Amino acid sequence: MAMMRALPGSFRIALLLLVLLAALPFFGSAYGMRLGTIACMYAIMAVSWNVIGGFAGYPSFATAAFFGSGAYCGGILLGKGWPILAALGAAGLLAFVSALLFGIVLLRLRGHYFAIASLAVAEVLRELTNAAADLTGGGMGLNIPLAVKGSGSVLGEASFFFWAMWALLMTAFVSVRLIQTSKLGFGLACIKQNESAADMIGVNATLYKSLAFAFSGVFVAMAGVLYAAWVHYIEPGDVFDVLFAVKPIVMALLGGVGSPAGAVLGAFAFLGIEELVWRNYLQIHSGVLGFLVVVLLLFLPNGLMSMSQALRARFAGKAAG
Amino acid sequence: MLGFQVILNGLVLGCLYACIAAGFSLVWGVLNVINLMHGSFIVLGSYLAWGAYNTLGFGPWTTLLIAAPLFFTLGYAVQRGILNRVIAAPVLVTLTLTFGLDLMLNNAMLVAFKADYRRMILDPPLGTWSWGELVVPVDRVIAMLFALLLTLALYLILRRSRIGRAIVAVRLDREAARLMGVDVPSIYATAFGFGAAMAGCAGVLLAMIFPISPISSGTYLGKAFVVCVLGGLGSVPGAVVGGLFLGLVESLGALAFGPEHAVTLSFTLLIVFLIVRPHGLLGKRGFE
Repeated sequence: MAMMRALPGSFRIALLLLVLLAALPFFGSAYGMRLGTIACMYAIMAVSWNVIGGFAGYPSFATAAFFGSGAYCGGILLGKGWPILAALGAAGLLAFVSALLFGIVLLRLRGHYFAIASLAVAEVLRELTNAAADLTGGGMGLNIPLAVKGSGSVLGEASFFFWAMWALLMTAFVSVRLIQTSKLGFGLACIKQNESAADMIGVNATLYKSLAFAFSGVFVAMAGVLYAAWVHYIEPGDVFDVLFAVKPIVMALLGGVGSPAGAVLGAFAFLGIEELVWRNYLQIHSGVLGFLVVVLLLFLPNGLMSMSQALRARFAGKAAG
Repeated sequence: MLGFQVILNGLVLGCLYACIAAGFSLVWGVLNVINLMHGSFIVLGSYLAWGAYNTLGFGPWTTLLIAAPLFFTLGYAVQRGILNRVIAAPVLVTLTLTFGLDLMLNNAMLVAFKADYRRMILDPPLGTWSWGELVVPVDRVIAMLFALLLTLALYLILRRSRIGRAIVAVRLDREAARLMGVDVPSIYATAFGFGAAMAGCAGVLLAMIFPISPISSGTYLGKAFVVCVLGGLGSVPGAVVGGLFLGLVESLGALAFGPEHAVTLSFTLLIVFLIVRPHGLLGKRGFE
């Protein structure tokens, strides 16, 4: 309990929310479960993005690349009859190792240049996936066989994928929190403030940045595997969508950059808004989404959490005055 | 002979790419903002040309005279009203903001014009020119010449006019320019206006050659990215060199590997250049 108290309030709220969320399949309809699974998936992306974007301060647009390659890696392996756990492990390992290696080169770039390079990685991967039709089915997409046999009902399968995504989110959330408080997290904070100075005092910046990039990819790739197994059909334009690169950033901005708990809350808030917009303004949903992004950035640049702090400060000021 | 034809096609394409990228590069270089709306501005320019031709009978060259001031005003207003509020914010914020604005603009175009591909068909058609076995459509040549003229005009404005010198001064050293009495926010807005005007005019020219659809905006934006990085940031000659280089690489690459790999090739080139030569073919070191 003492350990719990040492944690920041937002973290405790997020953790409580996550634990409560696990009970969803006992109450939710199929629609609710679908929403819950996507909420967990979004939260995985936002929490993971925080490692490279929030802790290290590198504006990464590589989330789409990780997600897409994870989905295709999983889809192909499941198609070959691998069990889902093995596919998850393989995709995670592949993402980690390739991000570590690519990170050494890509993370030499800063600012806009890094942003564009990370965006271009997804474009290249998408085109390669399109071209390698023998393996990936190309533009026709890839059908993925049922990953869990014997679960029987549709609802049973839905709750299996919900719990799987939820468990992955918990793993990601706790891992990212551990990274934040570890030596790695401290080094990343140094790099964010002044990379040359961090290098000077003995932080191995290249290694730390690449590790951050790898950790920002591994859970997203695994979420891609679960997504592919869950929806049974993927195509390059769908899983390498540039929106998958931008949405996690918006979620993290919503929650306040650099806070894993904020990222989870931001992801849930974002999904809520997105779902409402989808339902009510189908024709103009992307325009409304864009409008919300603009309003958020202009008026709430430090996220929703900053709003509660500002209100609290105002009330405190009134009470004192 | 096929080789010459491919090189010719590449050069024609390259001039258009230069025109697409010049304004984008200006905005990036001066404001340090990546304007993700650039692609949608281009498509909007194409729709303007299409509408003006079909309803008023204006040829694309006439439409250019309308498009330039119209898009300049639009760009100036967007910068002054919205972007200027976050101009000092980190990369992430300005990038995401223009992404949000682009979603709105693109969605508005989808609602207004639908996603169908439209084509501006000039009547009478302009036909083709040929020298021996080399063949080139006249509309492409005209578009190319206008693209070169526009790029040259931008170059001269930046080089010769008072406002152009002020823009370059702000790009080189914002603080020093401010001390010399340059109104930096107004220069930012002017530079953004020029960027938007170049995009709109490029769109008018592209309407002569390519089908028009809101979906194309991403492709144009991608070209602008690649050209900027290849040629070097924030300079008009850089955009021209980068544009011609990309045009040639795409044409020759399509010949060598097949047209389906053109995008992969250009983006691979982008990543390689970013890593090996981030200041581009012409750019100077130290400008980021």
